Amino acid sequence: MSPPSGPEKRYFDALAAGRFEIQKCNACAQHVFYPRVVCPHCGAGDLGWVAASGRGTVYSSTVVRRKPADGGDYNVCLVDLAEGVRMMSRVVGVPPECVTIGMSVKARLAEGLVEFTRA
Amino acid sequence: MRGSVAIAGVGLAGCGEAPGWTEMEIAAAAAKNALDDAGLTARDVDGIVIASTNIFMSGLALAEHLGVRPKFTESSMVGGSSFVGHLIPAMLALNAGLCDTILVAYGSNQRTGTGRAEAGRHKMALDPQVFEHPYKPFNPPTSYALAAARHMHQYGTTRAQLAEIAVAARQWAQLNPEAFARDPLTLEDVLDSRMISDPLTVRDCCLVTDGGGAYVLTRAGRGKALKKAPAYLLGVGAAHWHRQISSMPDLTVTAATESGQRAFGMAGLGPRDIDVVELYDAFTINTLLFLEDLGFCKKGEGGAFVSGGRIAPGGELPVNTNGGGLSCVHPGMYGIFLLIEAVRQLRREAGDRQVRDAAVALAHGNGGVLSSQITAILGTQDTL
Repeated sequence: MSPPSGPEKRYFDALAAGRFEIQKCNACAQHVFYPRVVCPHCGAGDLGWVAASGRGTVYSSTVVRRKPADGGDYNVCLVDLAEGVRMMSRVVGVPPECVTIGMSVKARLAEGLVEFTRA
Repeated sequence: MRGSVAIAGVGLAGCGEAPGWTEMEIAAAAAKNALDDAGLTARDVDGIVIASTNIFMSGLALAEHLGVRPKFTESSMVGGSSFVGHLIPAMLALNAGLCDTILVAYGSNQRTGTGRAEAGRHKMALDPQVFEHPYKPFNPPTSYALAAARHMHQYGTTRAQLAEIAVAARQWAQLNPEAFARDPLTLEDVLDSRMISDPLTVRDCCLVTDGGGAYVLTRAGRGKALKKAPAYLLGVGAAHWHRQISSMPDLTVTAATESGQRAFGMAGLGPRDIDVVELYDAFTINTLLFLEDLGFCKKGEGGAFVSGGRIAPGGELPVNTNGGGLSCVHPGMYGIFLLIEAVRQLRREAGDRQVRDAAVALAHGNGGVLSSQITAILGTQDTL
C-alpha cells in the first residue's frame, strides 16, 4: 500500500520529529482531526497534511481527581483549534482547576504529545 | 412495525452482589427468570441475543450454556444501550418469520468478580485510543464531566440541579426493595461528596454492582397464549454520531434527538403521551440531557425542569422509577434494566413505586460516552 504508512503513524512520526501537522481535505478544503483515511466531511479519499497553527480555545475542561501520592489532580480538556477541529489534550502551567472554557491556548510538544499552555 | 412484537417476560438475577458467580451464570439465571415469567422454557427459545464486554462470541456461549440451537443469533455491542438496540434486529427477525421466541440476556459480575484491573489493562492494550488515552481521562466519568461542564457553561446549569437528579433517583430506590442503594441522600450529601472528575462527584456517578437481566420477545399475536399480559413495542429508534467524546460535535446535544424522533415517529406518539420514563443514568448529566433531547423540555432548560422534585416520587414526571443506575443497579451495561422496569410498570407489578395508570413507557439507552442512543416506547394492549 502507499503511502508507506497509515495516517495515524504519519501523525505521530511528525510529532516525534517536532512537527504538529493535521490533515486537510484536498476535495472539500476542511481540516480533519484525528487523522483518517477518508474525509469525514465529504467522503473523499484525498487528505493532505498541513502545519497546525497551534492556536486554540478550550471547549470544555475537567479536573481529574487523583490522590497526591499518585501524582495529584490533573487537567483533561477539549481544545478547538483555529482550523476548526477539536482534540483532547491538557493545559499545563496553570493549576488544573484554573483551566476555563473559552481560554485561549497555544500548543507545544511534550514527549511526542500535543499539550497546551495559556496563550 | 408498531405493536408487531411484545416483551412476554422479564427477569433479574444477582443484582447488587453475586460473589462466586460468573457473568454467564448470572445471565442464564436471569434468562430462566424471564422465561418463567413468560410461562416458557429454554426449549421454546429459537433466537438468542446477548452483549458482553468480556465474553468472546457471547451469542454462541449463551446458546451453548442453555442448550439452545438458535435459528437467529445477535450479539451487537454498542455499550450499555445494546439491549435496547437489540429490539431492532429482534423485531425484524420475528416479523420476517426467522424465529418465534427470542431471549435477550445480560450478566455481569463487575463488582465482586476478580481480575478487573488486569482485564482493563488488556482492553487498553487491544484498543489503545491513541488520541485520548495519553491524556489519562478517567473514563467514563471524565467524558461525561466534560459534557456536564459545557452544559453548565452554556446554559447556567448548576451542580445543585444535577444533585436533584441523584436525590430523585435515591427516593425512587427507597420505594424499591430490590434497589442496591436505599440510604437517605440529600442535596447537601451529593454536593459535599468526593469529586471524581469536576463537576461530577461520586454521587453524580452510577453504582458499580453485579447483576443480570433478561427479556423474552415474541410476535404480538402470541400474547393471548402467554402467562401474563405482554408489553408491546410501539416504537424504537437508534442513532450514533461519535464514539469518543473528543469526536462529539456538540457536548450539549446527543443523538437521542434523532433516536427519540424515530421512536416517537414509529409509535405515533410524543413526549406528552409518556406516562413513565426510564433513562440511562450512568451519570446525573445523562438524565438532564436525555430529558432535553427527547423533548420533555427545551434545550438548556433541563436544570430547571428537574428542580423541585419534579422527577422524584410524587413529581409531575416519573423518571427512573426503579432508582436507576444511580441507586438501583449498574453492572457496567444498564440498558436491559430500563426495559425490565418499563415492563413491570406497564404490568402494574412495581409495588410501592407503581406509577398509577401507566399505559405508555419510554426506555432510553445510552452507550459509550453519550455515543450510542437508542429509544424504545412500550405500551399496554390498550395502546395498540
